[in-house]
Amino acid sequence: MKLLALLPFAALLGGCDFVVLAPAGDIAAQQRDLVVISTVLMLIIVLPVMALTVFFAWRYRQSNTAAPYEPEWDHSTQLELVIWSAPLLIIICLGALTWMGTHLLDPYRSLGRIAADKPIESKDAPLNVEVVALDWKWLFIYPDYGVAAVNELAAPVDRPIRFRITASSVMNSFYIPALAGQIYAMPGMETKLHAVANKEGTYRGFSANYSGAGFSGMHFDFKSLSGADFDKWIASAKTSANMLGRTDYLQLERPSQNDPVRLYRSVDRDLYKAILNMCVEPGKMCMSEMMAIDAKGGLGREGFNNTLPLTYDKYARRGAPLGSEPTFVAGICSMDEIKDAPSHEVNAPLDLTPLRGFGLKRPPFSPAHPSSTSLLLGQRPKPES
Amino acid sequence: MNPDLVKMIFGRLNLEALPIHEPILVGTFAVVATGGLALFAIVTYFRLWTYLWREWFTTVDHKRIGIMYMILGIVMLLRGFADALMMRLQQAIAFGGSDGYLPAHHYDQIFTAHGVIMIFFVAMPLVTGLMNYVVPLQIGARDVSFPFLNNFSFWMTVGGAVLVMMSLFVGEFARTGWLAYPPLSNIGYSPDVGVDYYIWGLQVAGVGTTLSGINLICTIVKLRAPGMTMMKMPVFTWTSLCTNVLIVASFPVLTAVLALLSLDRYVGTNFFTNDFGGNPMMYVNLIWIWGHPEVYILVLPAFGIFSEVTATFSGKRLFGYTSMVYATVVITILSYLVWLHHFFTMGSGASVNSFFGITTMIISIPTGAKMFNWLFTMYRGRIRFELPMMWTVAFMLTFVIGGMTGVLLAVPPADFVLHNSLFLIAHFHNVIIGGVLFGLFAGINYWFPKAFGFRLDPFWGKLSFWFWVSGFYFAFMPLYVLGLMGVTRRLRVFDDPSLQIWFIIAGFGAFLILLGIVAMLVQFAVSILRREQLKDTTGDPWNARTLEWATSSPPPDYNFAFTPVVYDNDAWWDMKRRGYRRPLTGFKPIHMPSNTGTGIILAGFATVMGFGLIWYIWWLAAVSFVALLAVAIGHTFNYHRDFHIPTDEVVRTEDARTRVLAAGAQT
Repeated sequence: MKLLALLPFAALLGGCDFVVLAPAGDIAAQQRDLVVISTVLMLIIVLPVMALTVFFAWRYRQSNTAAPYEPEWDHSTQLELVIWSAPLLIIICLGALTWMGTHLLDPYRSLGRIAADKPIESKDAPLNVEVVALDWKWLFIYPDYGVAAVNELAAPVDRPIRFRITASSVMNSFYIPALAGQIYAMPGMETKLHAVANKEGTYRGFSANYSGAGFSGMHFDFKSLSGADFDKWIASAKTSANMLGRTDYLQLERPSQNDPVRLYRSVDRDLYKAILNMCVEPGKMCMSEMMAIDAKGGLGREGFNNTLPLTYDKYARRGAPLGSEPTFVAGICSMDEIKDAPSHEVNAPLDLTPLRGFGLKRPPFSPAHPSSTSLLLGQRPKPES
Repeated sequence: MNPDLVKMIFGRLNLEALPIHEPILVGTFAVVATGGLALFAIVTYFRLWTYLWREWFTTVDHKRIGIMYMILGIVMLLRGFADALMMRLQQAIAFGGSDGYLPAHHYDQIFTAHGVIMIFFVAMPLVTGLMNYVVPLQIGARDVSFPFLNNFSFWMTVGGAVLVMMSLFVGEFARTGWLAYPPLSNIGYSPDVGVDYYIWGLQVAGVGTTLSGINLICTIVKLRAPGMTMMKMPVFTWTSLCTNVLIVASFPVLTAVLALLSLDRYVGTNFFTNDFGGNPMMYVNLIWIWGHPEVYILVLPAFGIFSEVTATFSGKRLFGYTSMVYATVVITILSYLVWLHHFFTMGSGASVNSFFGITTMIISIPTGAKMFNWLFTMYRGRIRFELPMMWTVAFMLTFVIGGMTGVLLAVPPADFVLHNSLFLIAHFHNVIIGGVLFGLFAGINYWFPKAFGFRLDPFWGKLSFWFWVSGFYFAFMPLYVLGLMGVTRRLRVFDDPSLQIWFIIAGFGAFLILLGIVAMLVQFAVSILRREQLKDTTGDPWNARTLEWATSSPPPDYNFAFTPVVYDNDAWWDMKRRGYRRPLTGFKPIHMPSNTGTGIILAGFATVMGFGLIWYIWWLAAVSFVALLAVAIGHTFNYHRDFHIPTDEVVRTEDARTRVLAAGAQT
């Protein structure tokens, strides 16, 4: 009878898509395995405890005077040894499992295999995808192909994917349960994720960290395609009318909800880097540049004057009531200048005497990277072709 | 009128701050206002204001303060649970293109308020209330070390609660989630008053919590009855000590991190901004360095309650007292080494993640040992299934599930797939409801007769128990399932129709819990009406083991006419066994602290100052801050701080008890 009563629940469970337990990617599958193994390990101790609780509660109930009663019995060294060492043993096993699993499944680690029975081959060059969490949609840039997409992600099956992830404004978490575990997308910071899809299909991806009013609509389809279909997808992107330059991005970045899928046939080459360094807006100093200057000792007192009032309108940005108006650090040289004149020397003042840190020795100042044109981008990406 | 002048007087407060266009809030306001007016009218009609002020609001008696904390916690539970019901309803209906009935602006406030209220203004006051009431009695003390500070702490907690409640009708609450992570909570993305209500509500209440922690540590360390060495303290006192150590060590971190956030928001510093070298992850680290110990602050006293209850109702010594104490201490220390497990997914390296994962798992060892200790306390006992024991068994069965899913979440690769999912929500409700709340209910049913002299009605109590326990399983097991289906938390609308049934089941569970809460309120009412039948004249209705049961129920103002001498860690059990007789002569005048209104006045000013800061009414904030300082300094000149209860009054009280006991013994 009891089993019969459970039937509707079984039917319920059967009709559900337990994507975490039945994923389509090797990384997610290994993570699932860890979930299952850990649970089984813990059940070794949890089930007896539950059973004993029920048994003792029933056996030593007050009305059962047949059961022994020892009101003064409160210590047993053997029992104490068991109750401390049994959980300890389980935790030792689980701890070892955790140490290995955490290192092997570190999202920053390049993949060691395509699937359990498929080693990685040299032809499986990873697909690079740059992910940007915006308010409230996802932007995916394919630097290898020069295309981009909003709210749709496509990848060929059995090819490793290398995600580099950042955000434009607030924290989000990039999560495709069928593919791999999640990782946060944070403004001004980059996180990485390596994953591979082993089954064709369309899976759900979304933000797993609340990010404001449009959060519920911040999901996208992850299309795991065959090689040929993926090429078709890239080709369709190439034929799209949209282009994603800096000004287009600043428009796209503005908060919007439930955005439709959009493909871009071309993307500004340095866009992702500029987003990550928070200098898409013209005239703003990139964080990498700021850090390079700081690493050299800073701009000294002159640096204080290097802020300009913020004029761009980024999502109803307001200043603190008692603080100064919002400002930003002006770039010493703009991205455009660098791009237009890659062979020229940097436009920063050549005499750096007034720019050194207060009270510091004058640094041996040279561009961060010999081939680099500026302090700005420590190393510029080599043109990929 | 000159707009600049208006702005100077009212800051950013204006008529638009009143939510008159939100029918739900207008309705709520009507109900709250009617209820408040009715209460006000009743108190006025029965001329209770003077009584309340003299005997309760200004009291420095730890017992009355404890009871007021409990009332605060239960009142706020109703608010926090109303939020929970609204969320469940929204998530149960927002399917298939339906937007539900709550817009994002409102829904996001509700889940933030639910978390903040349940942790800070339900669990904390209930835990603090029980500790306040029970600890001095358990250690045979007259009161806490600093009775005035105790009163002040309570009113500061109330002040924080008032600010949070005020946000319902004046302005809005934060829309950031209960920990208000920047950059979302920073001025750029949350320019409204919501986060400011959050900050000042918690800052005002946090002062109270920290001071109450200091107070109870001093009390436990300094005021124990002669003979009560550390290793003879009741386990509840031990867990209270550890909890308060955690409070004192971790709440300043919360205060500091919220202060930095308010600097960002008020004067434009860049601690947690995206630009100018700010680092939002620093906030996440700091808030969890407070936040993880916080969960142990809540659950350790519950563990203490279960230890007392299991031993008492099994009629047996607690098994493994020493290992219980060491387990508590180990948990206390380890709780500082695990905070990063709340954000494995923020890109820490594998070694860092493994370290924090493994330290988290290690906590399950002492916790598991505790579980076994309760188990073997029941072993060869004579278990009476009164309400406190029922809650304890329900806890043991429920908590192990929550503990298991907790250890699972501590495995970083598993956390990568379960973090922020409804599985996580199910997990922490599993340990907070199944651990903390069940413990508090056990404690309330256990110590109620001590506080009021009559037991709580068992019928309604059992009804409440079954509704709560079954409601919990209905409400949260579906969330585990949904988590495994990859559903994340804080979503307002869904498009996958196959999920809906689970949300409906969860909503049904929430409805059962509602019945449980109603049954509990009825239980209180019925018990008050039937107090003559439920009366306990012995002071020891459960045949219990610790000192609080040695005195009358309710205890006299001075708790113990003579300070007891302790020889055993079950002091009262030991006294009973050795044929203890109450001393009937030789009473002396008893030195007691005097009531003072300073605590409530100070807290009132602090609350007004918070309100001024929230709305940028600078003059109000400045005036109330100066007033606060003036009153605090003025209080140091108050030399009428204590009095003696004269001998004849002690004799009268004790003789009355002697007669009651004699009458009880005859029947």
